Amino acid sequence: MARVELDGVGKRYPNGFEAVQAFSIDIQPGEFIVLVGPSGCGKSTTLRMVAGLESITTGELRIDGRRVNEAAPKARDVAMVFQSYALYPHMTAFENMAFGLKLQKVPKADIEQRVRKVAEQLAISDLLDRKPKAMSGGQRQRIAIGRAIVRAPKVFLFDEPLSNLDAKLRLQMRVELSKLHRSLGATSLYVTHDQVEAMTLADRIVLLKGGVVQQIGAPLELYDRPDNTFVATFIGSPAMNLLTGERTAAGVTGAGFQVAFQGAGQVGQPVVLGVRPEHLRPVEAGAAVFSGTVEVVEPMGSESFVYCRHGEQLLVVRTKDAPPSPGALMHLAPEPGRLHLFDGATQGRLG
Amino acid sequence: MSAHEHTDPRPPVRWATHALLIVFTVGTLFPVLWVIKMALRPSQDFATGLNPLPTEFSLQNFADIVGDPLFGRQLLNSTVVSGVTTLVGVFLACTAAYAFSRFRFPGRRAGLAAFLVTQMFPGTMMMIPLYQLMDWLGLLDRMLGLVLVYSTTAIPFCVFMLKGYFDTIPKDLEESALMDGASQFTIFWRIILPLSRPAIAVTALFSFMTAWNEYILAATFMSDERAYTLPVRLQAFVGDYTTEWGHFAAGALIVSAPVMALFFALQKHLVGGLTSGGVKG
Repeated sequence: MARVELDGVGKRYPNGFEAVQAFSIDIQPGEFIVLVGPSGCGKSTTLRMVAGLESITTGELRIDGRRVNEAAPKARDVAMVFQSYALYPHMTAFENMAFGLKLQKVPKADIEQRVRKVAEQLAISDLLDRKPKAMSGGQRQRIAIGRAIVRAPKVFLFDEPLSNLDAKLRLQMRVELSKLHRSLGATSLYVTHDQVEAMTLADRIVLLKGGVVQQIGAPLELYDRPDNTFVATFIGSPAMNLLTGERTAAGVTGAGFQVAFQGAGQVGQPVVLGVRPEHLRPVEAGAAVFSGTVEVVEPMGSESFVYCRHGEQLLVVRTKDAPPSPGALMHLAPEPGRLHLFDGATQGRLG
Repeated sequence: MSAHEHTDPRPPVRWATHALLIVFTVGTLFPVLWVIKMALRPSQDFATGLNPLPTEFSLQNFADIVGDPLFGRQLLNSTVVSGVTTLVGVFLACTAAYAFSRFRFPGRRAGLAAFLVTQMFPGTMMMIPLYQLMDWLGLLDRMLGLVLVYSTTAIPFCVFMLKGYFDTIPKDLEESALMDGASQFTIFWRIILPLSRPAIAVTALFSFMTAWNEYILAATFMSDERAYTLPVRLQAFVGDYTTEWGHFAAGALIVSAPVMALFFALQKHLVGGLTSGGVKG
């Protein structure tokens, strides 16, 4: 278990493109950090800088207090699981897992014992004699994870390890990874573009956009108190409803709506109002803040997503009740105290 | 499935295809059969007549060639020259191709282009300058001279061939090995080379054949009969006034045997698919 510190770490390419800008985080021993964001946000670059596969242009990277900016990957004692699995095709699963230990000149008997133990832990003992091409995607990914674990590194790095798996297997592996982390307690950095993976696996999430950190925090912190509109819409599915308007003395007024709001913001300030789909409730016509016709209904089984047209805006409502049929008129009001307010100019959170 | 269901072409098309293939097959096999027929005839005249199948079965021509006191020496010359050319050629081509495939260095593009340019000139054009070079170096009538010339001829093709193959090996594999603590050389030796066996087999075969079959340069550089390689020896059967066709044909079969043997031995490596399964897709 190791402490990993990124101190203003940045990556600038020779052509001037800044892939990552001044990234700082202090990762505690045993913490599971998920880097999440859209494609090209710099999350993989950050991971590769920690791995040593990519050079660091600015800032300092420390593992257990030691600066490792210039250290080769093998001197950092980190292991990485790749999206493509990257198993050596000409080696059996056993040889794949043993490769790193062999290079470290670990005695043969020790290698044998360690590989067998990890294989048991991951339920892949019966695959050890197979070559990668004789395995399914899920099995290959287990071997790849096993190859990382068997080395008992200080830090685990995961680069979108589940995105090549089909939906059902992904869910299963996600649960297993979570269990595995709890039993190993190893410091982990995990890159994904899937916010569900981020929410379910992370101790803390780092949300990136365009190489800039948007917010760092526990999953529910990001969900309940997003720092800006980007975080607000990226975390949570369906995404948070955002409505532009103006702060008034009593609340917020926008195109065709008026809602009471206490707290932050100055009167006359342009703002963006945010309401999560589950915080919009169908109400009587008299109490309505928003009214509109239902355009699309997506039944999910336990709940339904209702898309309701309110002027220019398509509002998403998440409801456990029997959904209305398309074309029906719907009256909605947000739950009091569940509104988010952002600055209209900076998109930053108010209050 | 149903949209792409395979349907046989209509019978006339099929017959035409088969007829064409039969013509080509006969065209390819006819000269080979003729050589076999000539080799098996005790006389030395040119086989005439349309029938390519042997009518006489005598091993006299083979016995004459193998019995030649210089044959063993010349076979050894050919084997050593071709073997060393293959080793040198494949080793240098592998290392060079890996550098061209994976590293970015000044002169990389120019180097690749230069390799390509050398392939554009006919070999005979290089004969005179090469002869002078060999003369200066004192390498005429020496096997080392041939090895040098053959390796340099084979390497550009081998580098291109291997670079193309190395390019298809996913970079993830190397990064994964890097994370496992492998050095650049370990990656090359234990990951890249084992995965490139099909391509290496092809380049080895090519290098060997280049050296084994080459006649013009060998005939130019080697004036001592004891330094001859087999193709040069073979040509000696074809004289200005008479040609020993029987010996020539038998010799040709003997010379082609090792190449065929090598081809069959390497056959399973020539079939690709080694890298499948390592990474997704």
